[in-house]
Formats: sequence, structure tokens, C-alpha cells
Amino acid sequence: MTDMTWIDAALTSARPQAIGALLRYFRDLDTAEEAFQNACLRALKSWPQNGPPRDPAAWLIMVGRNVAIDDVRRRSKQEALPDEEVISDLDDAENALADRLDGSHYRDDILRLLFICGHPKLPATQQIAVALRIVSGLTVKQIARAFLVGESAMEQRITRAKARIAAADVPFEAPGPVERSERVAAVAAMIYLIFNEGYSASGGEASNRAPLCEEAIRLARLLLRLFQTEPEVMGLTALLLLQYARAPARFDQDGAVVLLDDQDRSLWNGPMIAEGLALIDKAMRHGRRGPYLVQAAIAALHARAARPEDTDWAQIDLLYATLETLHPSPVITLNRAVAVAKVAGPEAALAMIEPLAPRLSGYFHFHGVKGGLLLQLERKDEARIAFDQAIALAGTPAQAAHIRMHLDRLVKDNA
Amino acid sequence: MLYAFLCYNSEEIVTSWTKAEDDAVMAQLDVVHQKLAREGRLGPALRLMPTTAATTLVKGDEPLIIDGPFVETKEQLLGFYVIDCETLDAAVEIARELARANPGAGGYEIRPVRLFLPGSAMK
Repeated sequence: MTDMTWIDAALTSARPQAIGALLRYFRDLDTAEEAFQNACLRALKSWPQNGPPRDPAAWLIMVGRNVAIDDVRRRSKQEALPDEEVISDLDDAENALADRLDGSHYRDDILRLLFICGHPKLPATQQIAVALRIVSGLTVKQIARAFLVGESAMEQRITRAKARIAAADVPFEAPGPVERSERVAAVAAMIYLIFNEGYSASGGEASNRAPLCEEAIRLARLLLRLFQTEPEVMGLTALLLLQYARAPARFDQDGAVVLLDDQDRSLWNGPMIAEGLALIDKAMRHGRRGPYLVQAAIAALHARAARPEDTDWAQIDLLYATLETLHPSPVITLNRAVAVAKVAGPEAALAMIEPLAPRLSGYFHFHGVKGGLLLQLERKDEARIAFDQAIALAGTPAQAAHIRMHLDRLVKDNA
Repeated sequence: MLYAFLCYNSEEIVTSWTKAEDDAVMAQLDVVHQKLAREGRLGPALRLMPTTAATTLVKGDEPLIIDGPFVETKEQLLGFYVIDCETLDAAVEIARELARANPGAGGYEIRPVRLFLPGSAMK
């Protein structure tokens, strides 16, 4: 790798820590971001000449803080009276910097930044956009492309979100244990949102959105490095790795969905699967099973099966049952029904999902699964109705195309 | 004399490489590997999974099992084993056995191996 590539990677990986610390000094997201940008500009000049610093994040924090303080001093000189309050705040900042070099605030700084960006008061789309902009450093243009919206619309969305963050007034003191674990949970949820935004893309868009999945994995690993002993963070990281490992096999050349059973498993990413399995092994030793870990364990059973017929559906059924008790939701029961169909047959699965109809009648996958089960039971007319409903509710062209394939098969069988 | 070469780099940066970047680095390294292998000088080589996948046994009267890498700076890396284990639990058991045989300070960091090259027979 060239030096510039190294610098680029070092700036990206120092970003959450540096902006997190700058945010603690300046208590304002825009100021922290600007200070970081200025520090990066200086790094691009200084590092190629003087060599990279031993600790890039500490260098960026120090330089970013000094540049911002110089700006404040310059501005206050132009004013008639020096702003006492600003000056005393700066003393605090110096003390805080000494603390940071001891590494004591490191973890809470990054967690605070992640938590602010994924603040539960922000709508999901704003959480994702702000986190990608501020924590990951993606450009507005890159984010806009991933969301399939124009640049100015995305710019507005981010500005609105930042205003809400300022209004939300997140405390800057080090959080207590309960608050810290609430923040970890909120950040984990935000990371999962980012991943799903990328993973739920259809074939044609998948390559545009793959960076969202990769970014989510990077953030999950970051969170895990901060909270090494949290089984749910291990579970989240494992879940993302195991799901993303299948990405190369999920769409065919025309962008159509390839179902799990039909995927070419040799395309799955082996090292990612191995890492996911290792993390699940670690998390299981804690004996506490949270929703991410259980979902990761389900993904692991798919990943471990060399052929679709080797899949341990009985174990998957049990894990979905665990998930149902942790998080009762009709969507989880619907997923469980797919496992039940494999273990106990389509009739049992159909009986399981029929009571869900009132709550899931507007859900694409409900009608898709129902149609599939009816088809297995040779109830073709009912299957056709379910598939028609699914198509009407399809969120992406690939979803619709997939159901249409079933319908075409029905027509052919009848002919 | 046999020498061990310990590879150091920023995990955060290396795990952020795209598959293409990672493949490119591995291909460049493989040129070096191939040359050494032809000369019969390359022993086993390993690429480890990230430290987030590590579990550590800290020696003591009652050995302590913790998540994450071995971070004490008082001790130095003195050697390592490669052992085939069915599960992490089995690996932890082996670490306990080693700690019983060699009690005192330090510990054992258990890191899953991402890539294992058995190497050529040494001359």
C-alpha cells in the first residue's frame, strides 16, 4: 500500500475516537467535526514529510483542539472584551486532554459519539445518515447514492438530524453502568439498522449499498473492541459477519434473488464465517442469550451446513422459539414457520402462521411464505391468491420477480 | 537457527481492507512465501483472527478466563502452540492444563486461526 492509502486508512480509523474526544471538549458536533477536518488537512501536509505519528488519534485530537482554540482566540481578540467563559472552558479542555492521554475517557467518548448519532429520538433513516456522515466519514454524495436520493435532500436530512441532536441534550458526564449499557444497546440497534439498509437492497442496488454493510461490520467490531465482554455485541458482530458472508451468492447475474437453498455455497466468504462462528463460541460461554446472539446462532446453523439438506432445522426451530420468548413478534413466528415446515411439514407451518394474518396482512413475506406452503400442499388456487397479494406488496422489483417465478411455475403446471 | 517472525499491524486498519485489498496483500506475500518454500525454509505460517475473537487465561491461584486479548505489558511473548480444538471450551481446558503445568505469572491468549499454512519440510 502507498503512503497516501495508509494515511487515508489511519484517518478513517482514528475518526470515531478523535471526533468523540473533540466533542467532549467543545460539546458541539459541528465544532468537533470542523476541528477534526482541520486536523486532517494538517495531517495530509505533515505526515508524508515527518512520517506518521505513533498514535494518529492522539495527534489528531491535539492538533484539532489547538486549531479550534486558536480560532476562538483570534475571534475573541477582534471583539471588545475577551469572553471569560470561553477561556475558562478552555482550561477544562486542557485537563480533559491530559485525561484522554491516560486513555480513561477513550471508551465513553466513542460510545457517546455513536449514541448521539444513533439517538433513539431520531427516526431510523436520520440515525443511519448521521452515523455514516459523522462516525464513518462518508461524503454526503456517497450516502445519498446508497439511499437513492439526491445530494441536497440528503444534506437537508443530515442538517435536520443534527438540529434534533442538539435539542436532545445528551449529558457529557461519564455514564453510569445502567446508562452505559442502555447506550450500548441503542448503538447496537443503530449498527443493525445500517447493516439492514445495505443488506435489504435488491440485486441491482446491492453493489451501491454494500458499503453500508461493510461500514456496519466495522462499527460492530469497534463496539466489540470497546466492550470485549458483552455477549450481545459478540452476537451482533457474528450475525453481521455470517449474513454478509453470503452476500456474493444472494443474487444471480440478472440481479434476481437466489434463495438460501439454491445459493452456490462455494461463493460464501469462508474467513468471515469462521470469525462469526468463533465469536458465537465465545459469547455462548456467558450463558446469557440475547436476541442478537440467538439470531447469530441461527445464521451459524445455515453457515455450517455444507449442503442445504444438511441444515439442522430442528435446532433452528428451537432457536426461533427462544427468540419468540425474548422478543414476541409475528415476524419471528413467521420465520419460525419456515423451520417448522422443514421439521414437521407444511401443514403444521400453515397452522402456525394463519393466526398471524390480521397483523401481517400488509407484509410481503407473509403472503410469500403462505403461498409457498400452500403450493407444497398442492392447494394451487389459494397459493395463487397469496402470491398475487405478495406481488402487490413487493418492496423491490427483485421481490416481485421472485414471486412471479412461482406464479409462472403454477401456470406451467396447470397447462 | 530457526527464527519466528511475529507480524504486527493495526487490526482496525487491516480488518477495514476490502476483499480486493486483502487479496492483493496476500498475493504479494505469497510471492515471498513461494520463494522460501522452494528453498525448503518455510515452516508453518498463520494468520490469526482479530483480537476481538480472543479469549485469555490469566494465571494465578485461581486462573481467570477473560474475553479479549492478553494486555499486560509486564510480560513478553515467549512462545506459542497451535492446537486443534473442537470448541473454545476445549481450548480453554487445554490452557488450564498448560497453566497447571507451568504456574506463576503471565497467561495464555487463545486466538482462533484464520489461515494456516503447514509449510514445507524443513531442511
